[in-house]
Amino acid sequence: MNQFQYVRATKPQAAIDVVAKDPTAKFIAGGTNLVDLMKRGVMTPQKLVDINRLPLNKIEAQPTGLRIGALALNSAVAGDAQVRARQPLLALALNAGASPQLRNMATVGGNMLQRVRCSYFYDLSMPCNKRQPGTGCAALEGINRMHALFGASDKCIAVHPSDMSVALVALDATVLISGPKGDRQLAFSDLHRLPGDTPERDSNLEAGELITAVDIPDNPFTRHVHYQKVRERASYAFALVSAAVALDIENNTIKAARLALGGVAHKPWRLPAAEQALVGQPATEASFRRAAEVAMQGAKAFKHNAYKLRLAPNTLVQALKTASAA
Amino acid sequence: MTTNPDLDAPANHDEARRTFLKQSSLLTALALVPGSVVTAAAEGFDERVAAAFEKIPLSLKVNGVKHKVSVEPRATLLDFLREQLHLTGTKKGCDYGQCGACTVHVDGQRVNSCLSFAVMHDGQEITTIEGLADGDRLHPMQEAFVKHDGFQCGYCTPGQIMSAVACVREGHAGSEGEIREYMSGNICRCGAYANIVAAIQDVKGGGQKV
Ligand SMILES: Cc1cc2nc3c(=O)[nH]c(=O)nc-3n(C[C@H](O)[C@H](O)[C@H](O)COP(=O)(O)OP(=O)(O)OC[C@H]3O[C@@H](n4cnc5c(N)ncnc54)[C@H](O)[C@@H]3O)c2cc1C
Ligand code: SF4
Ligand code: FES
Ligand code: FES
Repeated sequence: MNQFQYVRATKPQAAIDVVAKDPTAKFIAGGTNLVDLMKRGVMTPQKLVDINRLPLNKIEAQPTGLRIGALALNSAVAGDAQVRARQPLLALALNAGASPQLRNMATVGGNMLQRVRCSYFYDLSMPCNKRQPGTGCAALEGINRMHALFGASDKCIAVHPSDMSVALVALDATVLISGPKGDRQLAFSDLHRLPGDTPERDSNLEAGELITAVDIPDNPFTRHVHYQKVRERASYAFALVSAAVALDIENNTIKAARLALGGVAHKPWRLPAAEQALVGQPATEASFRRAAEVAMQGAKAFKHNAYKLRLAPNTLVQALKTASAA
Repeated sequence: MTTNPDLDAPANHDEARRTFLKQSSLLTALALVPGSVVTAAAEGFDERVAAAFEKIPLSLKVNGVKHKVSVEPRATLLDFLREQLHLTGTKKGCDYGQCGACTVHVDGQRVNSCLSFAVMHDGQEITTIEGLADGDRLHPMQEAFVKHDGFQCGYCTPGQIMSAVACVREGHAGSEGEIREYMSGNICRCGAYANIVAAIQDVKGGGQKV
């Protein structure tokens, strides 16, 4: 592993100042993604700013929703009584990710900023525009069974691997950010980017910007929710495809729906048109199938991931069936 | 100088370090050297600020024993435990968070010690497999693993046991299905899973203090 300088911040502003001024500096939270990437030489920060001692791990009830600190641990959020009561979809998605040990280390901020799992991104001997801009994308003509169906570019076809983020985008979360120019907020759906011509940028954060918390507004989705994750073993594996769904059902009629897919795009993939297709419909498999068809419009497969063209809608329908029966 | 294959630093590390230092006056100039430590505190950093090659003071408790040591920033908690404290019960399987062999408890919570740096654990309390028994008396989970043949080669076992203890303490050992899900962070290449689950169920059902 490369050598680096280590500093431990006790105030957010100090952490921000260091990373804003030094493009080779990185925040480190749980370390479960960054340490992994550093061991493999994929990321080589010259300076690490340890943010674990910053007072940003609270889970607080606000008048209009929950505020979850960026340093709250994935396990703490998934086990929190308020989260389970008010945002059960988030708890389900968190518990579907990684392993109990990793969830005891991983933070909310780090989880949403974890990097892609494309094997060429990890393989220093292969071209990868995300790791080394301008070298090309090895996945385009390589093994691309894990890759995207939506929003890819010819520069990068990787998918965002976070489970938690699929729930957060469905729940209309907002990210709270502090940076060198002050504080700002970003809709969760605007945090991640499509690859376009700059796949080296995963998110819309500017240099030195620190995520401090995520806000999740109260909603009627406390009962009919489900997170369906399809993976190659029963647990402790990344999603091939996942679906986060939340329904508000009255007299078997769908009043409101929130839907998102994971494992299909460079960002957690919200499905507004499919949501619209569900509103006013009976909560039946036929409605779910039609919505899933709408959801898949514009999907484009590569050589090895065409199976996702069927897996994704089926996963969505299964999630909707489970949620509606809950 | 150790020749342990588990070390990711080569045997000639000290030499490499000297060469690098000679070449890197630039780097030392950029680094926040200890001279700036005093101002660092005022600016919102604690005193643990180090140049790339400098060792950082670290005090923590491991299995009830206090240690005041210095570590290189890039030493993982796993390597620190094995190489510096010579607590080799904690195993390195994958070194990438994928197997659970390195599971230890930090402030009572199970974590993968291969994916964090030792310096991040200043002031914390670590428990490793060596700290589980009460003198010569095995921990109930250790006894149950022996009784149920919860292993074959034994390489994953320290991690399995640390995880199993946490699994019961967390209240995630309610059923076979729940145990399997909450033990999924520990891979066993010998496939001793059925016996591991039996051992955990035995301990959970036995009502001993875990
Ligand atoms: C074997 C394995 C299996 C996994 N399986 C899954 C899975 O199934 N599903 C899943 O969703 N995830 C999975 N993960 C990924 C895991 O969830 C992430 O590694 C974890 O959530 C990252 O959080 P962290 O706090 O450890 O981040 P770190 O590694 O500390 O940081 C990650 C990145 O975020 C930046 N960062 C961290 N906090 C902030 C902040 N507050 N503001 C700005 N930047 C910040 C860091 O600079 C770094 O670039 C797996 C990981 C491993 C190793
Ligand atoms: S898909 Fe993206 S991450 Fe994978 S090789 Fe191509 S550019 Fe790199
Ligand atoms: S050695 Fe840490 S998880 Fe494998
Ligand atoms: S006993 Fe051999 S790996 Fe588990």
